[in-house]
Amino acid sequence: MTFISNLINGISLGSIYAIIALMLNFAHGDVIMIGAYVSYICTTSAGIPPILSVVIAMAVCTVLGILIEGLAYRPLRKATSLAVLITAIGVSYFLQNSALLIWGSNPKTFSSIVPFDSIALFEGKLIITAESIVTVAVCIVIMIGLTLFTKNGKMGKAMRAVSEDKDAAQLMGINTNSTISLTFAIGSALAAVAGVLLCSAYPVLIPTTGSMPGIKAFTAAVFGGIGSIPGAMLGGILLGIIEIFGKSYISTELSDAIVFAVLIIVLLVKPTGLLGKKINEKV
Amino acid sequence: MKKFVRIMSVLTAACLILTALAGCGSKDGSSAKIKIGCIGPITGGAAIYGNAVKNAAEIAVEEINAKGEDIQFEFKFEDDEHDAEKSVNAYNTLKDWGMQILMGTVTTNPCIAVSSETNADNIFELTPSASSTDVIGGQPDKDGNVTIQRKSNVFQMCFTDPNQGTASADYIKEKNLGAKIAVIYNNGDAYSTGIYQKFDARAKELGLEIVSVTTFPSDDNTDFTVQLNDAKNKGADLLFLPIYYTPASLILKQAKDMQYSPKVFGVDGMDGILTVENFDTSLAEGVMLLTPFTADAKDEKTQNFVSKYKEKYGDTPNQFAADAYDCIYAIYEACKAAGVTADMSKEDICEKLTAQFTSSDFTFDGLTGEGMTWSDSGEVSKSPKGMVINNGAYAGM
Repeated sequence: MTFISNLINGISLGSIYAIIALMLNFAHGDVIMIGAYVSYICTTSAGIPPILSVVIAMAVCTVLGILIEGLAYRPLRKATSLAVLITAIGVSYFLQNSALLIWGSNPKTFSSIVPFDSIALFEGKLIITAESIVTVAVCIVIMIGLTLFTKNGKMGKAMRAVSEDKDAAQLMGINTNSTISLTFAIGSALAAVAGVLLCSAYPVLIPTTGSMPGIKAFTAAVFGGIGSIPGAMLGGILLGIIEIFGKSYISTELSDAIVFAVLIIVLLVKPTGLLGKKINEKV
Repeated sequence: MKKFVRIMSVLTAACLILTALAGCGSKDGSSAKIKIGCIGPITGGAAIYGNAVKNAAEIAVEEINAKGEDIQFEFKFEDDEHDAEKSVNAYNTLKDWGMQILMGTVTTNPCIAVSSETNADNIFELTPSASSTDVIGGQPDKDGNVTIQRKSNVFQMCFTDPNQGTASADYIKEKNLGAKIAVIYNNGDAYSTGIYQKFDARAKELGLEIVSVTTFPSDDNTDFTVQLNDAKNKGADLLFLPIYYTPASLILKQAKDMQYSPKVFGVDGMDGILTVENFDTSLAEGVMLLTPFTADAKDEKTQNFVSKYKEKYGDTPNQFAADAYDCIYAIYEACKAAGVTADMSKEDICEKLTAQFTSSDFTFDGLTGEGMTWSDSGEVSKSPKGMVINNGAYAGM
């Protein structure tokens, strides 16, 4: 029973990583945190119902995502990738410290948006929390939605084209700037959802809440294969399971070390990730 | 690109202005005042403690200065975010300011670092709440070796960790609180580990059965399902949590989700859990903890302090606030008795106060105990009280 219970906890944690990993940039963890704070403020101060607060959080994060893209990344579109990486770190610290200024440092307890109790199975031997079920369900819905969107929609196709080859996409008449903005908008809206789910399961909200999940989600994206939606999902869930199992059967202290060791091994053995496509070097 | 540069420079300027404003804390540097510095976390995960200490110390300093006696204090607080490196930086800032006495630091890990600095610089230090014996030094470890020499200038207002660990085990045994005990502690933190080790040793002496011991690596940890599953599967009916309130609040929530409801026993780090914003206090119902102070006490001194604190900060003071308030008054009384004046050097003050604190006729009555005395070891002698959370408030046990 402990095994199954660990497995469920792992899948639930991994689903959160997966949602974050679907559309990722380095400041993503902090967009998650902002999303959670917005939802928190909406429910506690303004008395808005939880579900509506998620929608508001998504809207705020969408705007935030577009702003970040426009202010911090767009001017660096032609710069080296190292410059972009450093900007991302800057944005991340900027968001964290803004949250510190606005909401203060004291931890806040996030009320779960899932209004159900845990489910007990096998005479109480196996307990599944309502948050786990909702998290996994939301993750699956988002993944299916996103796959359909990128497969069929015009914008989705443009998105894929831009991610594959920006210059060629531009030559084909795709507006790369607006496509990238859209990617950020969707990614940030999903980040808001992830933030609310994360804080529903682990209800302590501080300005650094999103940092670790952000890094883990990045690991998940690399693990599954960057740019692949099923890859991000698989990577996220596997990572969640590895983390919980590592804690349970190896060591509670080393679980993070194990997670990142996995990242290193994957990068060494299969640099493109589990479901990543091998891209031939262009000549 | 130009627009971007312009926006960034406006933002940078705004940041600089904010930083400058934040620096305008101290008032006129009148030379007739004894300069007391204080360091603690007022941002970050342990911010409740630093804020409580800062607020209470300010009340005490105001009260003392309002007496209009010869002894006047000037108080300056620096933030360390519960980080040892930042704490030493804050200490250096205070030293540049001309600090003569250090009241702090608030949390254990930074205090271990800073107390070594004050020891080298000969600055008297009284910490309200850093409870590890590594703070004062001179205590043998479990093999009987003294790894950190006694820092003779450092004293504590709170119980030491061993004291808390031992007292917790005694209390659990005496009140027969649990037959099977599970412990979850933070083994990346000297405070938590220190209490656990002494608790474990004492529990063995008393014949208490510890069925599950699990750890987590830092206070950022959010998932405790594995640790709780272990405790639950081994049938623990009492959960001993020698940890801070932030992880404790997550443990309480996750235990409830798992439909696992053991009795919970905490130490002074648990204090503050009721003041976490939006915390569902029903989760903490029945949680027991050892603390030397309760805001509900009916004596005049406590009532006076609590009402002042509430009026000024809109919050009920916790044990850390009471310890800090006591610290300032203990320093005040020691200064008075030893004839310390503002024009003395920090070294002279340190010598006089150390002699005063350890002298056999120096006793101090404060909010957290009557007739407190300090030994050469730097530890305070006072007795802890068991408290239980009842209807969202502390009550005597």
